[in-house]
Amino acid sequence: MASKGAISCQQLSKYFGDLAAVSQLDLNIPRETIYGFLGPNGSGKSTTIRMLCGLLLPTSGEAQVLGLHIPSQAELLKTKIGYMTQKFSLYDDLSVAENLRFMAQVYNLSPREQKQQLDKAMSVYRLGDLKNRFVGTMSGGQKQRLALAAATLHKPELLFLDEPTSAVDPQTRRDFWESLFDLVADGVTILVSTHYMDEAERCHGLAILDHGVKVADGSPPQLMEDIDAWVVKVEADEISRVRRHLSTLDNVISVTQLGMHLRVLLDKTISQPAVYVQQQCAPLNININASQIEASLEDVFVMATRASHPAGMAA
Amino acid sequence: MKSWQRLLAVLRKEVWQLKRDRLTFGMIFGIPIMQIVMFGYAINTDVRHIQTAVVDQANTQLSRNLIADLQASQVIKVKYQRQQVADIEYLMKRGKVKIGVFIPEDFGRRIQDNNRPSAQLLVDGSDPIILAAAQQLTALKLQPHTKPLPRQAKLFEVKNYYNPERRSAVNVVPGLIGVILTMTMMMFTAVSLVRERERGNLELLINTPISSMELMIGKVLPYIAIGFIQVTLVLVLGSLLFDVPIAGSLINVYIISLVFVAANLTLGLLFSTLAKSQFQAMQMTFFIMLPSILLSGFMFPFDGMPKAAQWIAEVLPLTHFVRLIRGVMLRAASIPELFPELGILILFTLIMLVLSVLRFHKHLD
Repeated sequence: MASKGAISCQQLSKYFGDLAAVSQLDLNIPRETIYGFLGPNGSGKSTTIRMLCGLLLPTSGEAQVLGLHIPSQAELLKTKIGYMTQKFSLYDDLSVAENLRFMAQVYNLSPREQKQQLDKAMSVYRLGDLKNRFVGTMSGGQKQRLALAAATLHKPELLFLDEPTSAVDPQTRRDFWESLFDLVADGVTILVSTHYMDEAERCHGLAILDHGVKVADGSPPQLMEDIDAWVVKVEADEISRVRRHLSTLDNVISVTQLGMHLRVLLDKTISQPAVYVQQQCAPLNININASQIEASLEDVFVMATRASHPAGMAA
Repeated sequence: MKSWQRLLAVLRKEVWQLKRDRLTFGMIFGIPIMQIVMFGYAINTDVRHIQTAVVDQANTQLSRNLIADLQASQVIKVKYQRQQVADIEYLMKRGKVKIGVFIPEDFGRRIQDNNRPSAQLLVDGSDPIILAAAQQLTALKLQPHTKPLPRQAKLFEVKNYYNPERRSAVNVVPGLIGVILTMTMMMFTAVSLVRERERGNLELLINTPISSMELMIGKVLPYIAIGFIQVTLVLVLGSLLFDVPIAGSLINVYIISLVFVAANLTLGLLFSTLAKSQFQAMQMTFFIMLPSILLSGFMFPFDGMPKAAQWIAEVLPLTHFVRLIRGVMLRAASIPELFPELGILILFTLIMLVLSVLRFHKHLD
């Protein structure tokens, strides 16, 4: 089993003092997929990644990463994984070429491999023109490309990316995700953490983390299909009044205003959600138009994390 | 040692970074030059030309001879001639003079009398070095110009070895090599690992297959070369500015410097594994620096210190280096003669290196 999946862990927990950063996490991540951790800041995404790399010792539980037992075989794992840290961690006072050469040598590539991999990285990640630039003077997107290039120089089987797109513009994000799919096509497994819904939706598999607990997991379409709520779109004139009124109802899980319409999550016990909303709003004497729609990943996220967020508040 | 390539990669990276760090680069040259000029010129335990006031109430041939002899010793320089002792006290209080010479009216009679002192030296004893210089004056014998005085044979004859002209620089410069190396070397490595931690580089680095030993040694080696540059600089300046001789062989100077540099670098490295910020690392180096300068025998003679201070001093690498370098530079001692001290430094280096490697973990807890 260990050799088939890329990562599996059982009851993995990490405490910092009394604070449970990660508690009793179970994961099964197949090879050659992109698996996402979706969660707000402080939900335990980074801590989990660090434990799986062997950088943090779990308080309890254990993991198998690429068939190796973590934490005991963490050193053997180092050559097989690449890690892109949340904070940019290459050397600002070295040039692009110097940083890459340093990493290639630290991973003990032979001189021939070094040249080959450096040339490849320069062309794949469009770093050729930046070769002699000092990294400290580069933009967020350029640094991000360099960081991914550095993390993949030694051809790792497994890549950990900790919020890799938090400092870059939307176009750069798109390009970056294309690179990730190229890597998966070459046989790499990727574990990526994010707090962007659109990125999470692109993953093959997804775990939603909240306060160190896995509150939902599955493929994004599956998660959206299995959502335990109705989603109703409401259009009305005095939209704010409708929103305030709906928020007070027991069967309403959450109300989110999106421009001139509302997105309402309703308890699944209600048989006709659109009609229910119309009825409930009748006393307001406002002309409203309610229709049932498909759930989005954001709805899934709101449902999964509502235990720790009061009802009616948008995530 | 698993991989030379990895070790060399770290070494090369350190050199690249150092080349671009102008402040640190300036420190390599700035600190030795500043220190040698400061210590060489300003710190002078061989005091001359102490400002002096004289009250000569006798005003005879003999009393004038005494004053002339005192001046001829070069210890004092007569700045004021006054009539009253109170005037000396006034000048001393205002800090104008450090020594007063009072020659009473009956100086001529007193000098014949072996039971009574003939004249008086008034000394500002707040600085012990001035007091010692004044005491040295009391040994002065007034040369009989009129009639022979009863001669007393001196109990000891002092013969000065190694520094016949009693120049401070000769004693200070060799020790100064050690002080400069302590200041710079320890600082370089003390901040090195913490800096990587603060800038976020460490998280990436410890996720690579690099071993603690490769990282530590890769970080220490480039600074040994810098240590040699500094030693050379101090030796050249010492000989150009202060004529400091090198009695022993130059190779021996470099051998003991090498060991001492390694001791300081590894001590700095240990601080770097203990500190949480660069600021903390700096504080730790100061914690070692001050006792090193004060207790090592660089500033004050080791033998004059209380036992407890001597014990502390024995733990500090600078104490051993000061003995070694003075041995080589002033007394032309050979390596076998110095081996016990050298052995202690080598042992110190190894212990520090092992402790650093043990302290440095490849995880973030």
